[in-house]
Amino acid sequence: MIRPETLDGLLRLFPQLEHSEFRGQTRVVVPRELLPSVWQTLRDEFGFDLLIDVTCVDYLHYRKARHRFGLVYLLAATATNERLTLRCYLDEPDLAVPSAVPYWPGANWLEREVWDMFGITFTGHPDLRRILLPEAFTAHPLRKDYPLQGRGERHNFPVLTRAQG
Amino acid sequence: MTSPWIEGRFEENFLITTVEQAINWARQASIWPMTFGLACCAIEMMATGASRFDMDRFGAGAFRATPRQADLMIVAGTVTYKMASRVRRLYNLMPEPKFVIAMGACTVGGGPYFKWGYHVVKGVDLVVPVDVYVPGCPPRPEALLEGLMRIQDKIRGHRIAKRVTSSGDVEKVEDEVPVPHHSGYVAVEEKQPVFHHQKITG
Repeated sequence: MIRPETLDGLLRLFPQLEHSEFRGQTRVVVPRELLPSVWQTLRDEFGFDLLIDVTCVDYLHYRKARHRFGLVYLLAATATNERLTLRCYLDEPDLAVPSAVPYWPGANWLEREVWDMFGITFTGHPDLRRILLPEAFTAHPLRKDYPLQGRGERHNFPVLTRAQG
Repeated sequence: MTSPWIEGRFEENFLITTVEQAINWARQASIWPMTFGLACCAIEMMATGASRFDMDRFGAGAFRATPRQADLMIVAGTVTYKMASRVRRLYNLMPEPKFVIAMGACTVGGGPYFKWGYHVVKGVDLVVPVDVYVPGCPPRPEALLEGLMRIQDKIRGHRIAKRVTSSGDVEKVEDEVPVPHHSGYVAVEEKQPVFHHQKITG
């Protein structure tokens, strides 16, 4: 849910944003260049003080999709009980996005997970390392072009023997 | 009828035993497991510790939040490659004697992730030595209790004594490896004796 005056105020400040509504949930599509200013405005002027989640969708082989990745930010305003979804579309060669850590420190591990699974780099992130997979891992396994059988990563880990145990 | 050599010659409430038996009895009745849930098997482990199944009946209800105070590591759940080094480190932090139960299909041998899982260790026995394997996905709490009793068997067979060999060296007596068994009570039908010599005549 989002109050109409919040959405109107946001669209007055950023008239180029597309928005849509589905079952009472509002989604705003933000171009990558506008992300930091939209974050700043939403946090400081509209009270969106909580970043619920940062995640990503891979639209490879998706019908009618025009972009490869859709980066999703779920925001909440705890004082007014509003929720807003930001969507930022990215395409293959340039997958760098400004980091949301300066605005919401909780974005730190969320962006690390998106980097780990989808390989999207967050510029300005304080510590962009893999969070779930081992350091030696080379691929980003939640991408749709990652084969189900793996790319042989499981054979590349150091072999542990029962004698060493 | 021969009388016992030493038993029954003392006043009442006076027991005698060997140091080995006493220590083993104390150890097997106070196995403290480490709080160590990695995935869904941990739910069954919690159920085993809770009131319905009550692991504390076997002296193993004191789940410790630190490996320094734990005797038993119940590896409950999928061990990923990232977690494997932590599992090994926690095992190294535990004081001797220490025991490991591999609980669930994932820890026994990789489980459903065995063939194509790019992130799962194919059995926790590749990382730490495992004493008892409890299969299942996840195992019932009764199965985990059975595994705990097999650990107790192993402790009971532990030998503390040392013996002097013929060459004068002192060597440790090997532990008695427990024979696997099922301790469930099976009612055996009383049969009528067939032959005269089978009758119990007292």
